[in-house]
Amino acid sequence: MRQQGSQGTGWKLAVGLIVALSGVAAGQGMKDVEAVAKERGLSAADLLAAAKTYTPSGMKDEYVIFSSGGHSGQVFVIGVPSMRLLRTIAVFTPEPWQGWGYGVGNDILAEGNVNGKPNLWGDTHHPAISETKGDYDGEFLFINDKINARIAVIDLRDFETKQIVKNPLTVSDHGGAFVTPDTEYVIEGAQYAVPLGFDYAPISEYKDKYRGSVTMWKFDRKAGRIDKSQSFALELPPYWQDLADSGKLASEGFFFLNSLNTEMATGGIESKQPPFEAGVSRNATDYLHIVNWHKAEQAFKDGKAEMIKGFPVLRIQTLIDEGILFLTPEPRSPHGVDVAPKGDFIVVAGKLDPHVSVYSIDKIKKAIADKKYSGSDDYGIPVLDFDAVIEAQVELGLGPLHTQFGPDGYAYTSLFLDSAVARWTLGGSYGAGTPEPDWTLVSKTSVHYNVGHIGAAEGDTVSPDGKYLVAFNKWSVDRFLHPGPLLAQNFQLIDISAQGTTMPVIYDMPIGIGEPHYAQIIKADKLKPWSVYPEVGWDPHKQAIDPMAPKPKQERIERKDGLVEIYGTAVRSHFTPEHVTVKQGDRVVWRITNVERAVDAIHGFAIPAYNINLSLEPGETAKIEFVADVPGTFPFYCSEFCSALHLEMMGYLMVEPN
Amino acid sequence: MSATMIDRIVGPRVEPTEFSRRGLRYGTPGFLLLVARVLLLVSLFLPYWHMALHAPQYPENLHLTAYINTLTGDVAEINGLNHYIGMRPLEEAAQFERSIGVYAMIGMVVLLELAAFIHTKWAALLVIPAILFPAVFLFDLHYWMSNFGQNLDPTAPLSNSIKPFVPPILGEGIIGQFKTVASAGLGLYLACAASVVQVVALYFHRRAYRPLVLAKRASVSS
Repeated sequence: MRQQGSQGTGWKLAVGLIVALSGVAAGQGMKDVEAVAKERGLSAADLLAAAKTYTPSGMKDEYVIFSSGGHSGQVFVIGVPSMRLLRTIAVFTPEPWQGWGYGVGNDILAEGNVNGKPNLWGDTHHPAISETKGDYDGEFLFINDKINARIAVIDLRDFETKQIVKNPLTVSDHGGAFVTPDTEYVIEGAQYAVPLGFDYAPISEYKDKYRGSVTMWKFDRKAGRIDKSQSFALELPPYWQDLADSGKLASEGFFFLNSLNTEMATGGIESKQPPFEAGVSRNATDYLHIVNWHKAEQAFKDGKAEMIKGFPVLRIQTLIDEGILFLTPEPRSPHGVDVAPKGDFIVVAGKLDPHVSVYSIDKIKKAIADKKYSGSDDYGIPVLDFDAVIEAQVELGLGPLHTQFGPDGYAYTSLFLDSAVARWTLGGSYGAGTPEPDWTLVSKTSVHYNVGHIGAAEGDTVSPDGKYLVAFNKWSVDRFLHPGPLLAQNFQLIDISAQGTTMPVIYDMPIGIGEPHYAQIIKADKLKPWSVYPEVGWDPHKQAIDPMAPKPKQERIERKDGLVEIYGTAVRSHFTPEHVTVKQGDRVVWRITNVERAVDAIHGFAIPAYNINLSLEPGETAKIEFVADVPGTFPFYCSEFCSALHLEMMGYLMVEPN
Repeated sequence: MSATMIDRIVGPRVEPTEFSRRGLRYGTPGFLLLVARVLLLVSLFLPYWHMALHAPQYPENLHLTAYINTLTGDVAEINGLNHYIGMRPLEEAAQFERSIGVYAMIGMVVLLELAAFIHTKWAALLVIPAILFPAVFLFDLHYWMSNFGQNLDPTAPLSNSIKPFVPPILGEGIIGQFKTVASAGLGLYLACAASVVQVVALYFHRRAYRPLVLAKRASVSS
């Protein structure tokens, strides 16, 4: 329970502030605010937090979070500072409201089949907004699926998934999605080592046969698709490469990957071998991987890749010969590797070490040029001398994981074990931006609980905005009512607008749909989404007019040789046609266009027994195909409440038995 | 038509010496008619009439805007709503008027141009269509509004719940959950201003040329 009544003066101050902020409506004065606050046990800080986050009806949010949806396989779109869920985007998992997998998106979901087998859930971890010159441009969003090593492409004009690519080499990914500064490539680092192509090999052959990898998916911005024919991968040692980040500005042309299992532990607790959790954490250091992707791209273009599973791969020896890959020690079992806004520093947080380790790209480049190696690993990859490349180590607390940046020289790191977010100062050219000395911990804010990633407003770009930071907490324990024993995750909004030690939590948002991991926060005005599709007859998959789209007054049913083609329209409040009679066994191709132009005039199209539901947004056309194998009488209807005569918006599909 | 008849319609000419002596007197009617022509031509490009439809689910309202030759705005959405009450699509209204609108306007402008050369009372006849034009526009608008509002399809989904109606062509009205707010557009204001200018022009026309006509008539009869 909260302490009450001990904050008399602060109270009045905050109440005054609220009243001043809201403008006193008639009959709603300070006294009323005071009374409600007293009754609900709200402190001055609570009222202030409410004033910072409460978003009255009609007021729009300043920022938008694109959050991974964890097990939901989706992406969540959330407004900041209101922390209201604006929508989910169906990606790897069928989602009935959007019709995803129930008539639309089926082909895209099928692109994610694993060895031909549908895998209809995803474990989305790391979204990446497309970038121009290292800054979010708000055009596309990419997200990985850890469980099956897939990357999805989402078009931010209509917030719909356009493509899923299945990685042919690996079956789990974690180091991605992240993009190069102009979104030339979407990068996907594999996680758990498997033989390339995930063929069978006994674990006793781990060192020889198992491999890590990182895949450079070429992005064709004009087509809005990954171009597989221009994509390639790098073979890596089986070190369980983990998180990754792209270089920018000073480190343009590089990217960086962490790794967990340079021990190459193979587990086996059941045979009295050290379990993975112990074996993987045995050494004091693992390896930060430094990849010169400009050189890798050149080697690929020069034909130095080898085809594995039909996919071009630069082998480890090529990476060594071409000077593409270097390693350097990092505190063991690290999690985040995050590049500072100017690209000059690379911050690694080792979750079992209380420090963040900050590497300098200038020093890395110099060490490479001077061949300052402390040795090489088992595969002959040069290991840069740690002391030659490290810039600073800052002690923050227990379990540092991920780092984000502010505009003024502050960095923010999540502390998993401390359940806190640390603010600390960068040095070098950032030092002047903060009143505190360089490379020091400034303050910590407690979060609830077990924070994983954090996201600051545009906090991983070349120009972070500061203002807001969200802690993506894994456990909520006592923060919300318990809806049974499966508890929501907790997104906590933190106000980071003031310098120094003030960094209050101002909102808790439960996420009860899956366990999100990373999320990015973009200024809302950078997004230019459509409110309705540009023209009637729009095919969202092609992002163009579909010449076959049914048009008003041209609705018809065409039949020939067991094929029934229906050209239908939807408009408030009727479908045309309303009677569709087919014979059992007919193949049915049903095209339907929503001819509406009004914002939010969405129609659903649901057919019972055939597992079909579409969401037809204004202007959208869709095509569904099925074999009418179940005879009977099936009332189809509009499944999105559209108008006063919505219930009347229906028709009959009659399947005549043979 | 004989030359004398044309002379009688066109009326007496002003001697160059007389014109240069009293340029303001003889120039004013022609100048004012020029102003009227410019106003009418400019009005071609401006909206004549506007209707906003307010309802809770349309926070930015629905809008209809009539030009001389087109109807723009949320026509498709309004048609979609109108189908519930059995009103015909708006495109079917005043098709003829809209198809000739621009030519009629150019015709009136040509008549005004001719009127500037005619120094008898016949000039008034050429100006009258343009003077009456704004009134004709509003009457026509009213005709179509009542025609559409009174002739609803009895088989429409909501035909039972709405009685035939005539929305006001200016000011506020109520149809179902919609409040309609109709107002004149800038084009119509310009056309009205042109009418006023033309009436004033006719006054100065009479003051300038009536004495010449009377003088000529007196010289012929003497």
